[in-house]
Amino acid sequence: MISFDGATVRYPGAERDALDRVSLATPRGAITAVVGPNGSGKSTIVRSLIRRVPLRQGRISVDGRPLDELDGPELARRVAVVTQREDLTFPVLVSDYVAIGRFPHLGVWHVAGPVDETAIAEAMRTAGVDDLVERRVDTLSGGEWQRVRLARALAQGGDVLVLDEPTTFLDIGHQMAVFELLERLAHAGQTILLVSHELNLVARFASHLVLLDHGRVVADGSPSDVMQPSVLERVYQWPISIAADPVDGTPTLVLRRSR
Amino acid sequence: MSTGRWLLLGVVLAAVSILAIAVGTIPVPISAIWDALRGTGDTQLTYVVRALRLPRVVMASLVGVGLGMSGAALQGTMRNPLAEPYLLGVSGGAAVGAVLAQAAGVTGAFLPLAAFAGAIVAVLAAFVVAHAAGARGDPRVLLMAGVVVGAFANAAIMVVLANAEPNTVRNALWWMMGSVGEATWPQIAVLSGYLVLGGGALFTLGRQIDVLALGEDAAAGLGLDVDTAIRRVFFVSSLLAAATVAAAGLVGFVGLVVPHIARAFGLRRHRSLLVASALIGATLVVSADLLGRVLRPPAELPLGAVTALVGVPFFLAKLRRLT
Repeated sequence: MISFDGATVRYPGAERDALDRVSLATPRGAITAVVGPNGSGKSTIVRSLIRRVPLRQGRISVDGRPLDELDGPELARRVAVVTQREDLTFPVLVSDYVAIGRFPHLGVWHVAGPVDETAIAEAMRTAGVDDLVERRVDTLSGGEWQRVRLARALAQGGDVLVLDEPTTFLDIGHQMAVFELLERLAHAGQTILLVSHELNLVARFASHLVLLDHGRVVADGSPSDVMQPSVLERVYQWPISIAADPVDGTPTLVLRRSR
Repeated sequence: MSTGRWLLLGVVLAAVSILAIAVGTIPVPISAIWDALRGTGDTQLTYVVRALRLPRVVMASLVGVGLGMSGAALQGTMRNPLAEPYLLGVSGGAAVGAVLAQAAGVTGAFLPLAAFAGAIVAVLAAFVVAHAAGARGDPRVLLMAGVVVGAFANAAIMVVLANAEPNTVRNALWWMMGSVGEATWPQIAVLSGYLVLGGGALFTLGRQIDVLALGEDAAAGLGLDVDTAIRRVFFVSSLLAAATVAAAGLVGFVGLVVPHIARAFGLRRHRSLLVASALIGATLVVSADLLGRVLRPPAELPLGAVTALVGVPFFLAKLRRLT
């Protein structure tokens, strides 16, 4: 489980904090989604977790252990991260790409063994990319590439997955396929923290939403707690209605015209 | 890559090396090379092979090994198909270090260290210039910064030339054109030492370069200490490039072209890529030196000029794909 306790982050040269005393926790075996407008600090949540930006105050912990007590490989063996963008200048085969997920388990001279091979094969099967093994990553469609990236994260073997905008640039069918895959992983025991702009998708699949605005948590709870028109209109500065999905009652955001 | 392809790389290097020993103003029949190497053949041919051609071929292949590995590591780490020590200003900085050290009377095994100091200053300067331009992550900006630093290094050498003794002038010109024509066994021993150290270090960093090639955030997510890994790769790549500059002067574009040829063999993981780049780099520089000797005999074209003739069109083609 990941928890942020009063985490405060400021980028060098910035005038305000990118994260301002953020507290959140990810329940085990469930999807927690961080949402909010552009510049609200969503991606900084992920970057602070992988120590790309230092904390000014507060604490981040993984399974109860403070982040600074874990070395890089130990953290990567517990928490796998799929970053927002990844453009490979020199495209590799899918099999080689997914195998890189075992990096935190291998020492300098350690050769990948049966345990690693099994983890890689299992990750590819779970993400549904085992038929893409021989393909080069630059020949994949957007949906295939995203699943391959997920397979690489699963090959890391941790029980926490963190994803930054996992459905950007995907059509609605591929968006649903990714979220359904994440839901299956959560049911299988993975703890998932994701950052997304897709409010309707996360309202459908996440058990817990955290709404950020200007680096602060402004709402936190179940989708129906957070998907309140008054809260969302204030944060997104746009007229919004919330309807109930006619099939399962999931709160669904409807955008209205500004006038 | 299949064993057959690895064998092919080795066989091509061996064939080019034998040809480079055989061809020259005094031709050496291929059948006579073995006797000449053992010192049991014709006295004149033995002298030509053992004292002139063999050191030259060995030095050329070592220079290719160093530049090929350095280029492969820099391209993977910077995720930039145009990165190489010459274009990043590393080689230029190394040449300044070496020229200044020579002017101060430094020789032998310490010369590469002086070149290394110049190379590190050049790398730092290129990063500072790129950072000041506000686009550290843009490969084209860093390359432009490298070109500017390289031009400044050339200017610095000119300043040294303007006030130097004739012998220093000759040495400085030699650095700038690149040559393996005066290779000696002590120089070869020194360069070999640096290549074993640097090449071994880069090989151990190979897996980290695979991870860095995914991007800095993705690499951090895989548990890599990104900044330390990047510094190590730059440090070792600069050391390799500097050692080749101290031994043979400025030989450009080898580090650019070679990794792309290695990738054309289907290699992607950096440990294999580094080994293949070493073999292909050696083949390329031995071939370029041979070409420089046979194009306008008895005059010799500078090695750096021949590699630039191959490298510049390649660079332009790659640049076109980047833009």
